[in-house]
Amino acid sequence: MTDEHPSIILCADGPILVRGDHLVQDSEGGLHRTTRPVSAVCRCGKSGSQPWCDGTHKVIPKAKRA
Amino acid sequence: MLTPKGRGSLSEIVFEGMRAGTTSWKPALRTLADDDEDLHITLWALYELHYRGFDDVDDALEWQPELIELRRSLETTFEHVLRDRAPSGSPDGAFAASFFDFVADHDGPSVASYVHRDADREQVLELLRMRSIYHLKESDPSAWLVPRVSNRTKAALMELQFDEYGGGDPTALHAELFARGMDDCGLRAEYGAYIDDVPLEVLEENNAMSLFGLNRRLRGAALGHLAAFEVTSSLPSRRLAQGMTRLGLPDSMIGYYLEHVEADAVHEQLAVRTICGSLLDDEPALRDDVFLGAFTCLDLEDRFARRMLDVWAA
Repeated sequence: MTDEHPSIILCADGPILVRGDHLVQDSEGGLHRTTRPVSAVCRCGKSGSQPWCDGTHKVIPKAKRA
Repeated sequence: MLTPKGRGSLSEIVFEGMRAGTTSWKPALRTLADDDEDLHITLWALYELHYRGFDDVDDALEWQPELIELRRSLETTFEHVLRDRAPSGSPDGAFAASFFDFVADHDGPSVASYVHRDADREQVLELLRMRSIYHLKESDPSAWLVPRVSNRTKAALMELQFDEYGGGDPTALHAELFARGMDDCGLRAEYGAYIDDVPLEVLEENNAMSLFGLNRRLRGAALGHLAAFEVTSSLPSRRLAQGMTRLGLPDSMIGYYLEHVEADAVHEQLAVRTICGSLLDDEPALRDDVFLGAFTCLDLEDRFARRMLDVWAA
């Protein structure tokens, strides 16, 4: 057990979780402010809600997920 | 909310006793349920005494010993049924990956896919009436868990619950978003308004969450249920929102489902990794119950979907 609490969590075969308020720049340069205590940023590139995760990675074969 | 309509000998005598504030519960305790619907509407009402109660029942009955005895008897029967339905044990391997695989490998009928492409407006409104029993108290059954787990799991659970409850903003609380959507659809938004219309499968879904939430020994099942619920929410919520857009339903109801696309993409990771993950680090013996809760969530939703698709002759 660790006393430290991460502010960013990389989920295996899934998104990056970020805790707290952030301004996220998407791949087109658009800016998106987080609105919830924890946000999930898309890592597979296939989410329909960029830059946020929408669970789409689960329908991509694991080997092809980023 | 008023007490529901009885659906058989047991519910009728119990609800009558609750409304009258009877002091003689023996006849009710000697009555057997006519069938599963009679049992589950009775159990639902007994659980409801621990949530918001009924306008026509004295709040003090929440802890009436005979009603607790009856609840224990009915929920023991139900727990046996749920355990019999579920596979025994749990899959091997690292928890998070095993859990996501367990849910992904579970194949069942999908109400969301039908709503996406085929359902008509009346069918979707019927679905919303069914869902309202839970969505108007969304996350409340998980709130029972907060004082029952270790500090790590408690903090993780509250991180998720805080978002469910609108991050402190009552207008963003998920149950409130659903209520607004119901209102804009011309449906009744009061808590429990459609309880008399829902079939056995909806009662079982709601009673399972209360059974797991209100019995501390079943905390593993409660959190496993929560995790499976979140893992199966984002993609179906997207399909439901698209189906509702196709049918021209109000933006507020579509917005409720769109909110769940993004929120539950976060919540599924939290529920599996930080909530269930920390629970099982602390209490590895609960692993089988976590999977029991997950299976129950998936299986009861299959039963509900089969029922609705059958009714709609889809």
